[in-house]
Amino acid sequence: MTATVPPKAPTFLGLPTAPRGVGHLRGDQSFPDAARGALRDGQLRANLGHATSTIRGKRAKVVDELPDWAQLREAGRALKAATMARLDEHLEELERQVTARGGVVHWARDANEANEIVTRLVQATGTTEVVKVKSMATQEIGLNEALEAAGLDVFETDLAELIVQLGEDKPSHILVPAIHKNRAEIREIFARTIPGVDPDLTDDPRQLAMAARTHLRERFLRARVAVSGANFAVAETGTLTVVESEGNGRMCLTLPETLITVMGIEKVVPTWRDLEVFLQLLPRSSTGERMNPYTSTWAGVTPGDGPQEFHLVLLDNGRTAVLADEVGREALHCIRCSACLNVCPVYERAGGHSYGSVYPGPIGAVLSPMLTGVEDNASLPYASSLCGACYDVCPVAIDIPSILVHLRAEHVEAQERPTAEAVAFRGLSKVMSHPRLWHLAQRASRLGRLIARGRPTLPNALPPPVSGWTRSRDLPTPPKETFVESWVREHGS
Amino acid sequence: MSARDEVLSRVRQALGADRTTPDEVVRDYRQTDGRPAGDPELLELLVDRVEDYRATVLRCSPAEVGATVRAALYQGLGAGWAAGDVVVAPGLAENWRPAGCDVDDDRPAVQLADRAASVTAVAVAIAETGTLVLDGSPACGRRALSLLPDCLVCVVTADQVVGSVPEGLARLDPLRPLTMVSGPSATSDIELQRVEGVHGPRTLLVVLAG
Repeated sequence: MTATVPPKAPTFLGLPTAPRGVGHLRGDQSFPDAARGALRDGQLRANLGHATSTIRGKRAKVVDELPDWAQLREAGRALKAATMARLDEHLEELERQVTARGGVVHWARDANEANEIVTRLVQATGTTEVVKVKSMATQEIGLNEALEAAGLDVFETDLAELIVQLGEDKPSHILVPAIHKNRAEIREIFARTIPGVDPDLTDDPRQLAMAARTHLRERFLRARVAVSGANFAVAETGTLTVVESEGNGRMCLTLPETLITVMGIEKVVPTWRDLEVFLQLLPRSSTGERMNPYTSTWAGVTPGDGPQEFHLVLLDNGRTAVLADEVGREALHCIRCSACLNVCPVYERAGGHSYGSVYPGPIGAVLSPMLTGVEDNASLPYASSLCGACYDVCPVAIDIPSILVHLRAEHVEAQERPTAEAVAFRGLSKVMSHPRLWHLAQRASRLGRLIARGRPTLPNALPPPVSGWTRSRDLPTPPKETFVESWVREHGS
Repeated sequence: MSARDEVLSRVRQALGADRTTPDEVVRDYRQTDGRPAGDPELLELLVDRVEDYRATVLRCSPAEVGATVRAALYQGLGAGWAAGDVVVAPGLAENWRPAGCDVDDDRPAVQLADRAASVTAVAVAIAETGTLVLDGSPACGRRALSLLPDCLVCVVTADQVVGSVPEGLARLDPLRPLTMVSGPSATSDIELQRVEGVHGPRTLLVVLAG
């Protein structure tokens, strides 16, 4: 087997995007191809439909409870915009503050560099086991694979991440990575993979959670190194924040001697006070709770309490390329609540795996192509009906539909040769500007009635290049007469 | 160029020389609840919200805290509970401690897992979200203390109860290691159904004095 060197990743305005060949931002298939299998999986659709409708209801209830939700949302948006405009200054301040309190700050240009840094830090402790708090950034860079390649054992400790890891599966949701699995499937994974699990384990969620508790308890107590992400990092004080539910985060942040936190550079917020906004927006938008069970904050190292060695890895991996896009940079405001996934009609049907990236759903459809360069995720900006539900629920008011349209335009402009669609629209434009041609074309379209053979829509299996349009869209069978013809018949010319 | 300098230089290049002036951040959301800390209505609200997370609240007068902590331990551990199974924060008020209890010291944190319950004070409680905040002070104890024993008893005094999240955060020191606790540990990872009790304490009891 010969090792292939991946081609150099493309750049945006001269700024490098996330490199190829590492991490989980690119799928093996285009969105429509990947979605086709998911759409045929009735169990998957049932699981997703059930879970997303449950969480939508919970979110709506606790958001409606706050009389000032609109003001909080606008403050969240403005805070993020203001932070991005001075991102370099806030990062330098964060570095100063974390260092002053006994932490060590590392900078990583991309996934490869971040993986190398974390691997080196873990190896320096002399241990071979790492416990992990669920983190999107480390999923994005493929940290687990890198650590395992270096001979280290990595244990995901979030229940859903554990289900995914034990099932040798991939996460399909930002908040609930195993949302595509139902309780019976999870019971089967646990029974098959957890050594010494109670053979009478049922599919009761409480019993399954207890099985995970027992499985991980010893690991937590003997762990010497933990790796986490961060939800927020306060520049003025160097305070890191992890928001979670189960207590696995607290175990990792508290018990080991060494803590390594990997954080995208966009997660910095300027002041402690800013958390008064985000700690109201995030839990209500993500799990639909007034507050998540546990939020941990720490600044550097505290003698006698928690890890005595703290490393913070600040990750770029394409984020500066996103920042360079004046329309798209809003996607960096995302606080990873996943409310947009739960309301998206496309996500609900296609599921998270169809997006091919660790960031699925509407935010993934904008973030992934910008992190990788749009040509590496060219189908994602089209994985949306532009209905706008994602924008309505976004707690920091990211205008996802506008960014989708912006990326579609960028993709079209990048085409060197005209696409079949462009040719078709040029033809249509000519036909529609000549009344005689238009009437002729309308009459000709009635031929479609022959293909339809009495069905309400035309068959999807039409020959190329028409198939490019019809394979993911239903074309209605043309009517017997056009509107103009029926008007003339009923009213005279 | 070092990675640090390169990432910072990329940020500057991305933003351009002529940076757009960001919109002013308008904080016209509710800064305060309107009711002063310890207001009887806030105490009612806190009880409602904490119980909504399926935690238990026991109310008492300031003079009855010690007896109420013992009642909470009885409820959390059962009739056979022994003071030796209970570890308390080193700075917890003497008259709040059950007689004969274990007091946390500088032992390795993992040894706290051998205890059945822990008792701590809190730094602040936020009524609207049912949140207790522990700040690593001697009365609250180190973070592992409120994490490893399976039953956690927190004592809240009325003057510590504020209405809103902004009021709560304003009372805290961001340089201390903080733990915000809203109910017992929980997960919604299986079909988004909430199950209380995963890795953190499965039982949370709150003694509210005043």
